[in-house]
Amino acid sequence: MNIVVMLKQTPDTESVIRIASNGKSIVADDLKWIINPYDEFALEAALRLKEKHGGKVSIVSYGPQRVVEAIRTALAMGADDAVLIDDPVLAEGDLLGAVKAMSGVVKELNPDIICSGARAVDYDQAQRGAMMAEFLGWPHLALAVSLESDGTKVTIKRPIEGGNVTLEASLPALVTFGGSHSIWNPRYASLPGIMKAKKKPLAMKSLADLGLNLAEFGGSSAKILITALEPPPQRPAGRILNGDLELEGKASELVRALHEEARVI
Amino acid sequence: MPKCVCVITEFREGKFRRVSFEVASEGRRIADALGAHLCAIVIGSGVTEKASELGAYGVETVYVTDDPALEHYLTETYVTVTAAIIKACDPAVVILPASVNGKDLGARLAARLEVGLAQDCVEVICDKGIIKAKWPIFAGKCFAWSEWTEGTIPFISCRPNVMDCLMPDETKKPSVEVIKVPIPEARSRVQRVDLDTAGKIELTEANIIISGGRGMKDASNYAMLEELAALLGAAVGASRAAVDSGWRPHSDQVGQTGKVVNPNLYIAVGISGAIQHLAGMGSSKFIVAVNKDSDAPIFSKADYGVVADLFQFIPAFTEEVRKYKTTCS
Ligand SMILES: Cc1cc2nc3c(=O)[nH]c(=O)nc-3n(C[C@H](O)[C@H](O)[C@H](O)COP(=O)(O)OP(=O)(O)OC[C@H]3O[C@@H](n4cnc5c(N)ncnc54)[C@H](O)[C@@H]3O)c2cc1C
Repeated sequence: MNIVVMLKQTPDTESVIRIASNGKSIVADDLKWIINPYDEFALEAALRLKEKHGGKVSIVSYGPQRVVEAIRTALAMGADDAVLIDDPVLAEGDLLGAVKAMSGVVKELNPDIICSGARAVDYDQAQRGAMMAEFLGWPHLALAVSLESDGTKVTIKRPIEGGNVTLEASLPALVTFGGSHSIWNPRYASLPGIMKAKKKPLAMKSLADLGLNLAEFGGSSAKILITALEPPPQRPAGRILNGDLELEGKASELVRALHEEARVI
Repeated sequence: MPKCVCVITEFREGKFRRVSFEVASEGRRIADALGAHLCAIVIGSGVTEKASELGAYGVETVYVTDDPALEHYLTETYVTVTAAIIKACDPAVVILPASVNGKDLGARLAARLEVGLAQDCVEVICDKGIIKAKWPIFAGKCFAWSEWTEGTIPFISCRPNVMDCLMPDETKKPSVEVIKVPIPEARSRVQRVDLDTAGKIELTEANIIISGGRGMKDASNYAMLEELAALLGAAVGASRAAVDSGWRPHSDQVGQTGKVVNPNLYIAVGISGAIQHLAGMGSSKFIVAVNKDSDAPIFSKADYGVVADLFQFIPAFTEEVRKYKTTCS
């Protein structure tokens, strides 16, 4: 089974985010970077598919050279090879352009299944998987919290508001992953894995290397652009309910405050 | 004369989901700002009869595709039908719900129609005829404003429970146009739909949420929160620590790798307030924290903080709520 995992590197979820002086990007120098947690779930599911059906797991990613670290981690976890599209033109464009660029690479890998995080914890746009499936003309099953495959079809469970849906598609298909650490429990890279990862193939490509027309990518082709970032609204300072009060006093004071001040009960 | 504003609605189990009225209301506001007509897309099975309900929220024309093959949401069929209707009505702006299915539909539509989608927006403005939309990024630590380039139709999905619904005006009736679109053969299928029938309130739609964290110490102690929730008509959520401990299902997890919720009141019980948890509930209108550690970071986000042992405070608070409910009803 040929499996492709689309992987993005994102700032660690603990990071302090500061707006850069241009007002529309973030200060990236001092950030710690990780594999987008949802892509890590996708990778874990992909590695389990490989363990069951054989074949190989290829990583496809885009971004600057810092992304190599995330890719090496994925290779150390058990992926076999990787392609990184590193081209500054992509950074000026939008997601549609980036996915279009990746779709060429993905097609060449001739996958049976593509696994991708349902969203990325940076710009949280939840679009990459669906867009890739559209460019390939494939079905996609979104937000999987379980996955089974017999090698010819794939079945997932997907949570919707107030319930669950079970979806099935014949392969080739694309699956995006939701869920949580408790569901996917992604493996850690082992020490031998880390050693082996250093020798696994990692191809670096520019848009020109891929034979793509640069005019179709970058700022001039973008449909949507981020024009400004702003900090979250300040919450007015809260109030600790009077520490002198007895327990019952605090309880009745909270009921009063929620009813009379906040008017939420 | 500007083109129309088009909203995509969501229908389930014989009725519109509330978020449909939210996007219709938001669509009405944008259409007024642009001086445009408001139309809506309703697709599903058995939807025609209810379609005119959207008039109450300012929709003037409803395009309906009603087919048994559209009984359940399936990306492949829904995207084809929706794209065909959008092409026919030629909108200036498209607004849809950032619900589970809406986000999926929007993303695939964006690729099919080669447009730009801003997902999970919490504010949309029309500034001298230019549409701008805002959504939270980096787990709510920052917000992004986006604009669309010349000649691109803005596609915007709106986070549920954020946009205000207009006061419905039942006297307003839209014109309803039935559109026949051939439904494509899909390579994916819906095998099963299991809806919670126990009357459980969905977290993303709840007005009040009570969440318990590691401080709850055991699955059985959630009975205490369930009891309080029943009194308040609230939903019960959890932190990742509680879900990882196996006390609550993943569907109850609030946070960066859980659900993003937006209730009027969020009560965090025995939750420290890690950044990844705040990512899921930080935009709640009022936040109450109950924690025995007065230095817990959750207190810096709370409108009301109670420093107490939850095992003593929650029963006392439940009693007070019960008293209040009986005197007020
Ligand atoms: C990539 C990533 C994604 C994550 N996603 C999420 C997510 O989606 N949601 C999420 O919640 N977390 C998430 N986390 C985990 C997060 O970092 C925290 O570990 C988690 O939120 C802690 O849960 P907690 O507050 O219940 O537990 P703790 O941090 O252990 O806090 C327990 C609190 O309970 C209080 N307490 C204990 N006993 C009592 C008592 N008797 N009375 C009153 N108070 C008491 C303590 O003082 C403490 O403040 C994520 C982490 C990572 C790395």
